[in-house]
Amino acid sequence: MSILLDRNTRVIVQGFTGKIGSFHAEDMKRYGTNVVGGVTPGKGGHTHLGLPVFNTVKGAVQETGAEASIVFVPPPFAADSIMEAADAGIRLCVCITDGIPSQDMTRVKRYMRRYRFEDRMTLIGPNCAGMITPGEALMGIMPGSIYLPGRIGIVGRSGTLGYEAASQMKALGIGVSTSVGIGGDPVNGSSFKDMLELFEKDPDTDAVLMIGEIGGPQEAEAALWARDHMKKPLIAYIAGLSAPKGRRMGHAGAIISAFGESAQEKVEILKGAGVTIVPTPSSFGETVADVLAAMTKAA
Amino acid sequence: MDIHEYQAKELLSRYQIHIPRGGLAYSPEQAAYRASEIGGDRWVVKAQIHSGARGKAGGIKLCSSDHEIAAAADAMLGAKLVTHQTGPQGKLVSRLYVEEAMDIEREIYLGFVLDRKSERIMIVASSSGGMEIEEIAEAEPDSIIRATVDPGVGMQDFQAREIAFGLGIDNALVGRATQTLMGCYRAFVDYDASMLEINPLVVTRRGDLVALDAKMTFDENALFRRPQIAEMRDKSQEDPRETYASDRGLSYVGLDGNIGCIINGAGLAMATMDMIKIAGGEPANFLDIGGGASPERVAKSFRAVLRDKNVETILVNIFAGINRCDWVAEGVIKALREVGVPVPLVVRLSGTNMEEGRRILAESGENIIIAETLAEAAEKAVGAWRSYTATKAA
Repeated sequence: MSILLDRNTRVIVQGFTGKIGSFHAEDMKRYGTNVVGGVTPGKGGHTHLGLPVFNTVKGAVQETGAEASIVFVPPPFAADSIMEAADAGIRLCVCITDGIPSQDMTRVKRYMRRYRFEDRMTLIGPNCAGMITPGEALMGIMPGSIYLPGRIGIVGRSGTLGYEAASQMKALGIGVSTSVGIGGDPVNGSSFKDMLELFEKDPDTDAVLMIGEIGGPQEAEAALWARDHMKKPLIAYIAGLSAPKGRRMGHAGAIISAFGESAQEKVEILKGAGVTIVPTPSSFGETVADVLAAMTKAA
Repeated sequence: MDIHEYQAKELLSRYQIHIPRGGLAYSPEQAAYRASEIGGDRWVVKAQIHSGARGKAGGIKLCSSDHEIAAAADAMLGAKLVTHQTGPQGKLVSRLYVEEAMDIEREIYLGFVLDRKSERIMIVASSSGGMEIEEIAEAEPDSIIRATVDPGVGMQDFQAREIAFGLGIDNALVGRATQTLMGCYRAFVDYDASMLEINPLVVTRRGDLVALDAKMTFDENALFRRPQIAEMRDKSQEDPRETYASDRGLSYVGLDGNIGCIINGAGLAMATMDMIKIAGGEPANFLDIGGGASPERVAKSFRAVLRDKNVETILVNIFAGINRCDWVAEGVIKALREVGVPVPLVVRLSGTNMEEGRRILAESGENIIIAETLAEAAEKAVGAWRSYTATKAA
């Protein structure tokens, strides 16, 4: 299988008729994603890229049976779009938008808790590259060609650093079950731990590569969870060894503001939890290959 | 985005938070005049820079005459204050805030932050005010009170009361403390703050609760809807390299090394800087060129990086996802010819059409060092920097 997304997942695009939404909707269709329509308030009833446009997410869900949505709505309105998706019964929402105010995200997270855990939407992002199940479906903005289908799960904050890792793996013939970008914002939908839980349960994932960075508590939280609950090997890299304290490195969340948030400290916590560390960003491929070789030997 | 103490106090005073009487001054004469307007017999002259720990750096002076005020103002204005938060280059003092001195009975620490773990606004308070929160956490961890606010309903009075009683505030002052806490919360939400710190919040001998200092930081992603805050930006407090880049829509952070970086994506940028460090070099900057990497953006990035006179080599690392390496290569060459790069240039292109991109760079006739992997790019950049500095020295 993979996690969260496969070729059958029915996907709608929020912010469908805009320039960015249109571009990526086409790209996703070309990759094989089952895009069934889109939402742009005020343009309901039209057809765009050969697909129906709806005024509301509820309307789109009723007519198309959509289970997933990808959000390309501009930052001032994106939080509203995510909540609309949650209320319409969407199960998986990927928000690409960069620049959503943090307090809007705290309200989104609170809003999502109105629903029982079993009915609660999974939110990926915002400020992320999205997710891909290679060979099946793409819900994001990453280039599909750099991912080989396979059995390694990837979860990371950054887009291009994730591409770097996937292409190093591809060069060694190592494929990916699903790759998820959880985004670079301080308040985000799904955490590293949330994704590790899914990968641990996924029969088609053998090991997981986690690509973290400075700032926030999520890598440490994931490390402790992995130590206590994960049987599959976890491999990790933390970007930002050279980042000074108190400076925001591009991502809104990439800032060392508290104890335990530097790359060095996170690496120590991960090592302490028995996680294999990728020593340099040029050795993602080799490190994953070494772990796979050790697994084969052990088996 | 940070604002000055006087701006934060002015903002908070609109939310029923009591502040000492004070006024802004741009000259020693004006400082003395402010004191006479305020009245009393003791005043504090405070340098307005975007940094804490000003006292230890000589940026806060208690004065008891016109003469002392003018002398303190004269010493501070135009000086660069160096604190442990400003870095060795310090920050320029161009305005002063003069306020009445308070008779202090006790000092309290009060902070509001957006807590990433609970994903809520968190109130942090301690009866050990005056020290920095990191010091309090180390020295008096048990004195720290924390509470988080449900974003669905906002902060409630009982939460403020609990904190006030927890701080051991006199019954007579609990109402005032509740008002102060609720006011801070409302200001935090109304203006999309990411941090608010009153340190110290003091109980005065006259039985009032007064914000002696105030510091606020705002969410840059929310400035589009907070023009009042955006207007308070003081570019003189920023690194001029960063102001130049941010005015041109580039995400740039100036550092102390010699190898300038132009990279697409924040994570890849941090990883490339790490690789430079592993290879024995020091990055001069973080720069995320963003999606697209069009010739215009590449040219802008070269200009921004070259404004830093310490840059002695430039490393460009682009992973072409949606765009193509051949197109990026043409952009790099175009920008190079337009801007003129007087230092060694290492370019690594990866992703879609990378062979074609490398061929275009190699056949351009420009002096470009081409690298294939991330490790090779960093090693070549450090190598080029070493031979460049050796030649310069000789």
